[in-house]
Amino acid sequence: MATEILMPALSPTMEEGTLAKWLVKEGDTVSSGDIMAEIETDKATMEFEAVDEGIIGKILIAEGSEGVKVNTAIAILIEEGESVDDVTPTAAVAAEPTSAPAPVAATAAPAAPQVDLTPDWPEGTAIKQQSVREALRDAMSEEMRRDENVYLMGEEVAEYQGAYKISQGLLDEFGAKRVIDTPITEHGFAGIAVGSAMAGLRPIVEFMTFNFAMQAIDQIINSAAKTRYMSGGQMGAPMVFRGPNGAAARVGAQHSQDYAAWYMQIPGLKVAMPYSASDAKGLLKTAIRDPNPVIFLENEMLYGHSFDMPEIDDYTVPFGKARIWREGTDVSIVSFGIGMQYALEAADKLAEDGISAEVIDLRTLRPMDTATIIKSVMKTNRCVTVEEGWPQGSVGSYISSVIMQEAFDYLDAPVINCTGKDVPMPYAANLEKLALVTTDEVIAAVKQVTYR
Amino acid sequence: MPIQADHELSGVTVFLDPAGLPVLDLPRFARHRETLVALYSAMVRTRTFDAKAISLQRTGRLGTYASSLGQEAVAVGIASAMSDEDVLLPSFREHGAQLWRGVSLEEMFLFWGGDERGNDFAVARQDFPVCIPVASQFPHAAGVALAMVQKGEPGVAVAVGGDGATSKGDFYEALNMVGIWTLPAVFVIANNQWAISVPRVDQTRARALADKAVAAGIPGEQVDGNDVIAVREAIERALVRARSGKGGTLIECLTYRLGDHTTADDASRYRADEEVSSHWSEEPLVRLRAYLVAHHGWAKKDEEALLHGCRDQIEKAAEAYLATPPQPVRSMFEYLYADPTQDQAAQAGELGDA
Repeated sequence: MATEILMPALSPTMEEGTLAKWLVKEGDTVSSGDIMAEIETDKATMEFEAVDEGIIGKILIAEGSEGVKVNTAIAILIEEGESVDDVTPTAAVAAEPTSAPAPVAATAAPAAPQVDLTPDWPEGTAIKQQSVREALRDAMSEEMRRDENVYLMGEEVAEYQGAYKISQGLLDEFGAKRVIDTPITEHGFAGIAVGSAMAGLRPIVEFMTFNFAMQAIDQIINSAAKTRYMSGGQMGAPMVFRGPNGAAARVGAQHSQDYAAWYMQIPGLKVAMPYSASDAKGLLKTAIRDPNPVIFLENEMLYGHSFDMPEIDDYTVPFGKARIWREGTDVSIVSFGIGMQYALEAADKLAEDGISAEVIDLRTLRPMDTATIIKSVMKTNRCVTVEEGWPQGSVGSYISSVIMQEAFDYLDAPVINCTGKDVPMPYAANLEKLALVTTDEVIAAVKQVTYR
Repeated sequence: MPIQADHELSGVTVFLDPAGLPVLDLPRFARHRETLVALYSAMVRTRTFDAKAISLQRTGRLGTYASSLGQEAVAVGIASAMSDEDVLLPSFREHGAQLWRGVSLEEMFLFWGGDERGNDFAVARQDFPVCIPVASQFPHAAGVALAMVQKGEPGVAVAVGGDGATSKGDFYEALNMVGIWTLPAVFVIANNQWAISVPRVDQTRARALADKAVAAGIPGEQVDGNDVIAVREAIERALVRARSGKGGTLIECLTYRLGDHTTADDASRYRADEEVSSHWSEEPLVRLRAYLVAHHGWAKKDEEALLHGCRDQIEKAAEAYLATPPQPVRSMFEYLYADPTQDQAAQAGELGDA
């Protein structure tokens, strides 16, 4: 029976890739293990092997095609005597072949839902679509051009262009002196960066993930965050610790942790956790210029997402100012980082049920714009917080206590914290889904606080 | 056949033996009376400071204090070899180095008395405050060295830690990076034979702590840490090497902690008196004084004048420290961030000092 050969996923988080080269042509017979094509993503290149025996009946996606979605039919495999017409291709997302080699920058994915009622840019500003990945890269390269003391250090940041390709092109532009590959030595390079910051440089430390930063947490907290205080102001650490934080997909308990609540607690640190590309860019530029150590928590699942990006020179976003993505009257949904995805999706669905949700993106957790939360809660009288981290000592529990102290009389229902489940991240796909916060849970929480 | 660390140790460098007799031709700097007197005076001043600090602590006027009794030659030897453009990253037992570099006695008392303004040095501003988390100063030093290379500055970063610090991961990670990047950093181990109550023999099976340089591919050597001339000579060589772009060096100074770990410790509970007594014959002041007496006419009146001068200086600094008014409440919130935040102002206001 004729079957479709689908675009493979090279990793759990891959959404699309480039079909770089076909190594077979129509009419060729293939057997299991034969290499049929080369697939490239912004992270890696892989040879794509045949699983079943058969004849390549038709090639549906030409070589050189970029942005081919995972699970798109790329060819049809037929048996002896069959015709390609025996199969009805599914609605393939056909991408235009291009003659260009592998792209330098990641290709934009479709825009996430966004209703931005308090934009950070003036009306009429030209807007382009840009991925979070490109936004972070642009923020770093702009700041490295602006200040020669800024440098990037971490594992795989230079030659490999970043484990998640955030530092694409930086080595070429700035050279090995300012884009520095390190051995696997998180405690070591975090401490070296701290020392160099105290001696006048402005390091950006990339952790391949924030899970690995646990190796370096003494340097982050005891040295970076406290030395200005402990030296009577003589010596500070102007630096950024950045990298993906929280769950990616199928990377298990030790590589899926959300550290937002951990770092948010530390006086001496500033903590940013952007959701959109424009916030990723604007906040990272602000972080690099800040004279204090900044924890910059990214999310691997958001790297490929595209958002509106204002075409403004030197675009920055201030710390401590929340963004209201959607105005509403019935409930305030407060979130940050990838939690915003659930918050916005929930708000869309709730609107269909006639519930008007105000959605607030905190953007920075320290300083935290509690004034915007309080103002919103005074209007809506109800609040639901959303985050992927664990419930005990969560960001949401802090927000709840602030609301209790400053807007208790305005509350018509207890605040509900939607969080991840109180377990290490399960490795199993079905359990992982259940362990994370879901849009349905946010909807249920809103219905509970609105007594629907 | 298993690989063994069987390379040759070059031996322990020493110029003056415990009796003050030269066992090698002295290096050039040690042929001048003024230089030797300056080194001796700095060690005496350090010992006098330690004694005063302990007496202030015992009478409730200073916080927990770590004496450097018996280790004065390490600190003074290191600092006396350094240039102004170098950066010192001390542990909590290098008072002699800090004083030599220009940190004032009053600043030292302030810091140990619990006032962090004591770490805001009027001079030696590039030097790091006393490092409390064990071994975390070594990565910092590698970072300072990296900054010097990046900025094209001529300095060298000099970090000092104890024998106990060499068991920590951050020490190894930093040493390794100094090797990889050929950084201008000198790591000095003041091996005083005790990590609180754990003796050197129970810390590592390495024959010498200097051997730990082998894994990082940089030179390591041992010197007699009670011979200030040997310490200074070895540090000078390491500094020259670093300045000429050849990278870092690990120097192990063999010394002995004659006092308790800190004022919160009572070493007599785990260390035999006889062991301590035997080390008093090797301490650093006696041998240099003997040499000065024998070769440079150091007389009783010189010694008395030095002691009197040190006591006088230290008493005055202690009085100034004790007369420093307590910090205002708002200072609790100062220096946390480069610019004060609204939250800090609000907290200070709640405590009645907005």
